[in-house]
Amino acid sequence: MSLLRYESQVRPPLVEGHKDYHQITEDICRPVEAAPSLLWWIGFGISVILLLFGVFSVYMEVTYGVGQWNLNKTIGWGWDITNFVWWVGIGHAGTLISAILLLFRQGWRTGVNRAAEAMTIFAVMCAGQFPIWHMGRVWMAFFVMPYPNTRGPLWVNFNSPLLWDVFAISTYFTVSLLFWYSGLLPDLATLRDRARKKWRKHMYGVLSFGWTGSTKHWQRHESLSLVLAGLATPLVLSVHTIVSFDFATSVVPGWHTTIFPPYFVAGAIFSGFAMVQTLLLVTRKVLNLQEYITIEHIEVMNKVIILTGSIVGIAYLTELFMAWYSAVQYEEFAFFENRANILSPYGWAYYIMMSCNVVFPQIFWFRKMRRNLYVTFFLSILVNIGMWFERFVIIVTSVYRDYLPSAWSTYYTPTIWEVGFFLGTFGLFFTCYFLFSKFFPVIAIAEIKHILKKNGESYKENMDEIEKVSVEEFADHHVDKHH
Amino acid sequence: MSVKKFIVTSFDDEEILFPAIRQVRKSGYKIHDVYTPFPIHGLDKAMGLRDTSLHTAGFVYAIMGTATALAFMTWIFTTDWPMNIGGKPHFALPAWIPITFELTVLFSAVGMVLTFCYLCQLAPFVKKDHFRLRSTDDLFVMAIECTTKTNEEQAIAFLAQLGGKDITVEMKETEWWLGRYDKDDRHTLIKTEPEIIH
Repeated sequence: MSLLRYESQVRPPLVEGHKDYHQITEDICRPVEAAPSLLWWIGFGISVILLLFGVFSVYMEVTYGVGQWNLNKTIGWGWDITNFVWWVGIGHAGTLISAILLLFRQGWRTGVNRAAEAMTIFAVMCAGQFPIWHMGRVWMAFFVMPYPNTRGPLWVNFNSPLLWDVFAISTYFTVSLLFWYSGLLPDLATLRDRARKKWRKHMYGVLSFGWTGSTKHWQRHESLSLVLAGLATPLVLSVHTIVSFDFATSVVPGWHTTIFPPYFVAGAIFSGFAMVQTLLLVTRKVLNLQEYITIEHIEVMNKVIILTGSIVGIAYLTELFMAWYSAVQYEEFAFFENRANILSPYGWAYYIMMSCNVVFPQIFWFRKMRRNLYVTFFLSILVNIGMWFERFVIIVTSVYRDYLPSAWSTYYTPTIWEVGFFLGTFGLFFTCYFLFSKFFPVIAIAEIKHILKKNGESYKENMDEIEKVSVEEFADHHVDKHH
Repeated sequence: MSVKKFIVTSFDDEEILFPAIRQVRKSGYKIHDVYTPFPIHGLDKAMGLRDTSLHTAGFVYAIMGTATALAFMTWIFTTDWPMNIGGKPHFALPAWIPITFELTVLFSAVGMVLTFCYLCQLAPFVKKDHFRLRSTDDLFVMAIECTTKTNEEQAIAFLAQLGGKDITVEMKETEWWLGRYDKDDRHTLIKTEPEIIH
């Protein structure tokens, strides 16, 4: 324990209960090693059914064309791109927790990072579905890759934000997966060495790549995690920035605003944390991990939610102000007529967005509410609904009544196959999450052990002794210890 | 493939491990490795390991990514197939920043992970000896390599005095082999190559 790692006694423990290293292993491995509960089967079953419905919806769309969706000449992007942006945004919280908080040396991330990173990967998988199937002729999807072809070669347009998206999303997925899996290796080795059944030994033996826990390997592993975190931090900011460029580089009133990149990134983290809350509140209860994912963790994440939610709120107001200040009639029409006017066709969507994202989260100014699990769970759902509507409002209300009134669309409602596709991605997401929570440790075992002696309850209690010691004496003692 | 003789001991806590390592090194024993369930800061220094240069490799891969992206896009848009997009310049550097950045990150991350796996010799179906199964749970396991000069009894007594528990002398494979963790394939290895054992 070096001097910098000393933590104040005032901070509550991050690992509750008087745990030792072995107890941590037991607690986190238990759900993986025990037979799945009835609740797990029910949840998994529902997810698979949703997934199958999604597969069928996509089958309908591919077989009969994109006309199976209610998109038209005016509203070229509807539910599909809304869902795409929404899912990508959800993923951002995982990277924020695992990478940015690692750089900031936030100890609390260890309780939630593994599940949040998994959520990132599954969310990006879901997001990727939408642009791919929206192509219509999906068997041509590989055309987006720049490869030498027999058509010239005719290359892709590197100046197009849609192509930037291809690179951003695929890089984001790859890097998140590598980061997540390299972090999992030691924990998979723990499961391997605990396994009694033959197939488990074999399976975790293959998955853990022969990890031994050698000091040199740990040293490289630490270096790898740190640099991957350093890479993932600007990456996650770039991903939603580039997603926002899909809109911001256009000349559509309501889309071409310079505020989009920071506003989208804040919104992404906002919705992502809401999804983390939704998942972890259920996970900690079902897998009995309340001592690792404590009320402390929930509260800290609620603080992030109110921070990012308020940034989003300011962005909404700034947009309105800029529309007025620009004195451009089309801008004013997009913001004050198509959106903020509650009597306009999509006015209701704008106010769902405003209330769910800006008004309701203000309840988290109160500590009691931040620490109330029911309020948190309910709010996390509301935020996710609100953030879905934010993307819907941005996309649909900007295009459905454009410069040319003759092109004004009829009221856009999704078809059953558009809804089915969206539900299908929920199926995909939760099927993956259920499988993850069954076969992988949902909490980073090694990382929890690493912080135990600073943040464990029994060690916190002993701090009275440490606090009595003068700073100089403490420094002398601890600096000398390991070097 | 080489099988060597090790004196293996485990410690309950890293607070006991650190002074033990210092004493063992001071007494001239050769520490083969220390296996721990989680990363312990300062352990590499205590064991006298040099710093890893993995991050330098990451930097080199990143530069390679930047160069690849810029060179590729420049060649395509200025030489191979110049496209007139609204009369904008063919060499459109600002518009290439996003893809250049993404490829920089991608090359660096993928390259580093592959290098990490190569350096640590990690891959699916790879199997290694790590002496104690509980070293991935709650034990800190130290393996001392026996040389011709090592007096085993003396070493065992010394380790016991330092707080080491469950001290054993074992013959172990030092390299990886292709194997399954549900099958004990180590004995056959040792049996077929007994001449290496000193």
